[in-house]
Amino acid sequence: MFEIVGFLLIFLGVMAFLVSAIGLIRMPDIYTRMHVGTKSTTVGTMLVLIGACFIEPTWSFKLILLVIFIFLTNPLSSSVIARASHRDGHTLDRDDMKDAE
Amino acid sequence: MFEVIISILFFSIFLVLYRFLKGPTLSDRIIAFDVASIVSVSLLVVLALYFKQALYLDIALVIGLIGFLGATLFGRYIEKGI
Repeated sequence: MFEIVGFLLIFLGVMAFLVSAIGLIRMPDIYTRMHVGTKSTTVGTMLVLIGACFIEPTWSFKLILLVIFIFLTNPLSSSVIARASHRDGHTLDRDDMKDAE
Repeated sequence: MFEVIISILFFSIFLVLYRFLKGPTLSDRIIAFDVASIVSVSLLVVLALYFKQALYLDIALVIGLIGFLGATLFGRYIEKGI
């Protein structure tokens, strides 16, 4: 029973990764690429690691540590890259969505 | 079942690699690197389940740390230069 729940969670996380990779190719500008490349990978990583917790319960400590680490560092690095590319002069793709300056 | 999951993860890494090689600006390449490192963490956890080796979890932790440090340092590099 636990293994079925674990495989289901891992499969959902892998689907999030696949959607993220397709969106990284399809999206038009850098901020939308960043949106699709960091949010969905955070969710996918958490789903895969919690599913692994269900399959092998003896590894739970390291996996929960990894979940907390990813959950803390992934938004931080995306924030740093977003700020840097904004100061570097990247703009959005559509004209009606320019930021107010 | 594990084979399907591992193939989908490798396929995602190849799609990200396309953006890494093609990406017009440096920021695109850095985002692609960040996504590839995060996908590698999950790939290592799935491989640890597949081979039943708990050692791979430590490698996954180190790869996550190095990916975070690399993305942050390259972001600082875009912002201020060396």
